[in-house]
Amino acid sequence: MTTRRRFLAMGAGGIAVPALSSLSLPAWAATPWQPGELPEGTLATGILEKLPGKVPLIKRSYRPPNFETPVDYFRNPITPNDAFFVRYHLAGIPNVDAKGWKLRVHGDAAAGTLELDLARLKKDFEPAEIVAVCQCSGNRRGLSNPHVAGVEWGVGAMGNARWKGVRLRDILAKVGVKDSAVEVAFDGADGPPLAATPDFRKSLPMARALHESTMIAYEMNGAPLPHWNGFPARLIVPGWTGTYWMKHVVDVDVRSHPFESFWMNPAYRVPAGKFHGIEGFPSQQNATSQPITDIVVNSLVTSLRDGQRFHRGQTVDVAGIAWDGGRGIRDVLVSPDSGRSWHPAHLGKDLGPYSFRPFRYQFRAATPGPAVVMVKAVNARGDTQVSDLIFNPAGYHNNVVSRIQIEVA
Amino acid sequence: MGTTTRSAAALAALALAAGAAHAGEEKVKLKDAPGLDKVRGVCVACHSLDYIPLNSPFLDEKQWRGEVNKMAKVFGAPVKPEDVDPIVAYLAKNYGRR
Repeated sequence: MTTRRRFLAMGAGGIAVPALSSLSLPAWAATPWQPGELPEGTLATGILEKLPGKVPLIKRSYRPPNFETPVDYFRNPITPNDAFFVRYHLAGIPNVDAKGWKLRVHGDAAAGTLELDLARLKKDFEPAEIVAVCQCSGNRRGLSNPHVAGVEWGVGAMGNARWKGVRLRDILAKVGVKDSAVEVAFDGADGPPLAATPDFRKSLPMARALHESTMIAYEMNGAPLPHWNGFPARLIVPGWTGTYWMKHVVDVDVRSHPFESFWMNPAYRVPAGKFHGIEGFPSQQNATSQPITDIVVNSLVTSLRDGQRFHRGQTVDVAGIAWDGGRGIRDVLVSPDSGRSWHPAHLGKDLGPYSFRPFRYQFRAATPGPAVVMVKAVNARGDTQVSDLIFNPAGYHNNVVSRIQIEVA
Repeated sequence: MGTTTRSAAALAALALAAGAAHAGEEKVKLKDAPGLDKVRGVCVACHSLDYIPLNSPFLDEKQWRGEVNKMAKVFGAPVKPEDVDPIVAYLAKNYGRR
């Protein structure tokens, strides 16, 4: 259970500084806040660094580049392109030229082959738009207890954007899909630094490949995709975790047999039966594990910091975002008193079921002393956040109820 | 945004870029202790060295050995068999669980 939080915010240099008070909390903090439960080494190396074309982000690793969005950017439901998190597995990242880019569609379960350049993709298919969260499977891995190896993400390996592109099912309809098709596999232009390293490739079951929300996107928030987010086109799989959202996508392989790859198995797996209600992946699951699939219901408080101080009678503003794997957020419940009473928050503008949904609840600080503010989101199916961490070896699906300790004086 | 295409030229550039340092990673300073030279010699082929302090200090020696073996066997890291022990010892001693 992640109840204990250190009353510290980490400065840019990894130096512990006193938690920001309610009076001095700036709208856009200059130094990154990081959860105190992150490993010591993670906190110390999580400095603000700037990739070309990006605002300073929390650096997790330089090469391959893994950069996390500071929490203050989540005060708005749409994440700006230049603040959107960056995640690569392998360091061979080419600059892809829009003019030379081609998408090849083929496979033993495709009726034909197709080669599309960007102009044809935009001209030959009806454009579609969707607001959707891209959340790294490993978001919040650094909060796992016990800690597990990997990129020790805090809460910001995610972002929400308005994506524009072409539905994958329209492309698949054009090429023709045989009845024998079981999966569609994807490859991006990036690759491993060593020939011996498995290239990062992923597959989707047919149902998800043909889902109306799954798209080849070439625009993000009204602009071309940033290089670091997959220019000139990437797969987007709204509702499913970021591992499937192939950046710089160049190859679409319609297959009659399951795709075998390190990145499908043993990587990106969750133990069988551990997470109730998640979608299956029949062609890739076995008795012990299944691929990670859809995003579990979750929320993030952006208006409060652990250790924040309030005086009696002052308004405590509990605001943030909630999201899930596409069923949509029905409620966000806030407890001002460590879980004794729960109150529905006001929900902000609905940008669609795959989007961040803003929420806000305010109460007056009354009783002097420490208090724990708790927040949990509920989706349209009634799924809610868990009270205790469901530990798993890769540190996925951490949607423990938020608990923020405040002080009333 | 790039000007090269995904041509032979781009792939050549990719191969070069992969082994090259990214801006900033020269700032990563690991603890100076026996085995550091071997760590540097092997690990930087594929990634910056901040992956090590990032994953600290919570892995014990067995877990660090698992990571090193994964890098060698799954990712093809060019680690000589005789260098595995000194690398694991360095990681466990300097970045292992206390």
